[in-house]
Amino acid sequence: MNRKLWDFHGGIHPPENKAQSTREPIVRPPLPSRLVLPLQQHIGQSSQCLVKAGQKVLKGQLIAAPDGYVSLAMHAPTSGTVIDITSAPVPHPSGLTDRCIIIEPDGLDKWVPHSGISDYTRAEPERLLQIIRESGIAGLGGAGFPTSVKLNPSEEVTIRTLIINAVECEPYITADDMLMREHASEVIQGIMIIAHILKPESIQIGIEDNKSEAIESLKNAIATHDREQSIELVVIPTKYPSGGEKQLIQVLTGCEVPNGGIPADIGIVCQNVGTAAAVYRAIIKGEPLIYRVTTFTGEALGQPRNLEVLIGTPVNELLEFCDLNDSELNRLIMGGPMMGFSLLSDSVPVIKTTNCILASTEAEIPLPPPEQACIRCGMCETVCPASLLPQQLYWHAKSKDYDKAINHNLLDCIECGACTYVCPSNIPLVQYYRHAKGEIRMLEHEHTRSDHSRQRFEMRIKRLEQEAAAREEKKKARQQAAAKASAARNKASNNQGAKAAVIQAALERTRAKKTRLATDSKSSVNRAEPEPETKTVTGSDNRENT
Amino acid sequence: MALLKITSPHMSSAGKTGDVMLTVVLATLPGLALLTWFFGWGNLINIAWASLVAVSCEALVISIRQRSVMFYLTDYSALLTGVLIGLSLPSLAPWWLTLIATSFAIIFAKHLYGGMGQNPFNPAMVGYALVLIAFPVEMTSWLAPKSLPGNDQIPSFLQTLTAIFPFVGGEAVDAFTMATPLDTFKHKGEQLAAQLWASEPVLSPSSWLAWQSISAGYLLGGAYLLYKKVFTWHTPVALLVAMTIISGIFWLIDPDSYGSPLLHLLGGATMLGAFFIATDPVSSATSVKGRLYYGAAIGILVYIIRTWGNYPDAIAFAVLLMNFAAPFIDYYTQPRTYGHQISHQKTRSGQ
Repeated sequence: MNRKLWDFHGGIHPPENKAQSTREPIVRPPLPSRLVLPLQQHIGQSSQCLVKAGQKVLKGQLIAAPDGYVSLAMHAPTSGTVIDITSAPVPHPSGLTDRCIIIEPDGLDKWVPHSGISDYTRAEPERLLQIIRESGIAGLGGAGFPTSVKLNPSEEVTIRTLIINAVECEPYITADDMLMREHASEVIQGIMIIAHILKPESIQIGIEDNKSEAIESLKNAIATHDREQSIELVVIPTKYPSGGEKQLIQVLTGCEVPNGGIPADIGIVCQNVGTAAAVYRAIIKGEPLIYRVTTFTGEALGQPRNLEVLIGTPVNELLEFCDLNDSELNRLIMGGPMMGFSLLSDSVPVIKTTNCILASTEAEIPLPPPEQACIRCGMCETVCPASLLPQQLYWHAKSKDYDKAINHNLLDCIECGACTYVCPSNIPLVQYYRHAKGEIRMLEHEHTRSDHSRQRFEMRIKRLEQEAAAREEKKKARQQAAAKASAARNKASNNQGAKAAVIQAALERTRAKKTRLATDSKSSVNRAEPEPETKTVTGSDNRENT
Repeated sequence: MALLKITSPHMSSAGKTGDVMLTVVLATLPGLALLTWFFGWGNLINIAWASLVAVSCEALVISIRQRSVMFYLTDYSALLTGVLIGLSLPSLAPWWLTLIATSFAIIFAKHLYGGMGQNPFNPAMVGYALVLIAFPVEMTSWLAPKSLPGNDQIPSFLQTLTAIFPFVGGEAVDAFTMATPLDTFKHKGEQLAAQLWASEPVLSPSSWLAWQSISAGYLLGGAYLLYKKVFTWHTPVALLVAMTIISGIFWLIDPDSYGSPLLHLLGGATMLGAFFIATDPVSSATSVKGRLYYGAAIGILVYIIRTWGNYPDAIAFAVLLMNFAAPFIDYYTQPRTYGHQISHQKTRSGQ
């Protein structure tokens, strides 16, 4: 196959250590004693629990629903009883606990009634997307982003290329490799279903040249299922981290995902092979995502191999199944040795994104030697797949000069670990970057919070000012009204003629009264009447004098 | 079961800074061997003495700073500084000259700036520049090469030792000293270049053979370091290309007054400078693109100082001048990050 490939900057060639886990076919371990299903196994909102403790569930029954658009459905991996919904240790770098549904299998493994679509080509893409969403499928490559969301890009973009990530570039991990060797036809049919949804112009499978058996099976499966031969199988050179989404896009298309954007912005959608197989099972068989292939490897295991694991199976039961040598176990890593995180407890479950459990001995992955001074040799720069300057980022991160670190695009670091791998001074560079990123996030958070408080404060000041102004306004209006009224009165009282007239009138009235009293001493009508008038006059006079 | 809690990456290639430094020391061997072949034991003794001084000073400062002495000594950076100073100094440089240059390099140029990785200037070149300015006479007398006809006076080991450490009390030497080719060329006055090449013994084919062989030895060592990926090709290649171009231009304009590119490339410390001095990672520009500018600027500066300045060989000053500029170069030569349109757009706008 002569096809132009592009290269991405940097990259490393660590020892692959893949052979030890590919000697045996994929094995299905016995049913575990219990299943621990965290409500958060994916990127997005936690799922909403639909079951209660004590409830019986069947295999494949919906036990948690997506809570919002970017969220995931979850199903019972086998039939049994929900014994608890509680906080339990989950596989997360923080080592924290989270809410989990705990199921005790009844051993019957009894399915809920389910059926697939026999001819997906006649189905509406919307219907297929709905099934994928209801089947709880998330990206099985590692990040765990809900697949139905990824397969439903916004109206503004046209997806021209569908890229299937079969690279699996991290050392030790062979889950995708084994899946392709044994279930290539499921993978290819899953890819065709995804293509039916997205309708891309081209479909490319990117696979490293160290997986010859998987390449062979994929070729056969393409020949069998894909009559138009629309799927292009692209064998790429083995180099870490060519399986990174951005790096694979660069290798296959020469395009770069714009900073801050997603592949869909340049008309590309990437899916992992495992995800494609899960899509196949959901659409054709009607089975939700309840199991996955996970690599169990490392020198602490007597029988390293790939297992078809029910989601939620505790890691310790699986390690036991692979013949763990407990005294030799030094590190337990979920994921690969480059980007995986160490587990604090072996009681955590395998989740939808768990592609590998690496149980290593001390000799296998020793403690790093003590950190020496950076001599700015620049080896890190030559291997950085994001074309960053790791040596400068290190200085800025170490001196907490976060503005400069951001200016050197620290936030574009994908934490692949290539720089740390080659550093001759054994500086844990990625750890420095991770710390700096965390600090930056925290500073931003504090910044937003202080912004909010400032805004609140300013709004309050403004409101108080407005209220004060309004009061002032009212007061002024009142004063003006009062002034007007008094002015009117003053005007009246200031008029001397009128005053005299009033006095005259009053006098006359008094006189008349007296005459009336004289003429009719019994009558006292209107006696009080003139007095108020006189009073008013005097009052206004007084005011004028003061 | 106590599980180890360490964040990724878990794997590393477990290199050592010390390995890098030892590889560089190893790469100086072809040049050193030829230097010894043509000029006698002097540089070998200088290197041993300078290394001893360098390592002792390093140990002294580190113990004063209350750090682990062995941990720092085994990065072999002090040893390398000593070796480079010993290589650069004239073969019969007196012991106190080497002592001053080396101790100044380690104590002042390296540790007063914060030690390993923190020094903005190349320590070996700071030490060298100090003695070059302070003791011009001692610094400009070189031996005549063994390959020169009639020069049967290459001093023995004991004689050389006595010349360097007079208190050893061996037989006094009466060695035949002469200027370097670059020095001779610099002070040719009104003479035409062709006359000079014909008349000066140091520029005679047999003497020139010595100088260009040593340069070839350093070139070989440099090639080995490139092969071992101790540094990238950018700094040395840029330096050599820039020097060839600028000296070539002037030479083509006026071959009677200006030295040929060959004289500049092979007649002095250019090869040593290009592969062993300018490539010092700590004090040089660190981005790949920046190293091109850095190397080229050193090549041009060396030519300018040699041709119009006061010093016949100018590697030390050119390197030190560009050490000043390295952070500036790094700032403006950041690579374009994946997914970004323009490189360092934010830094450019002066943030």
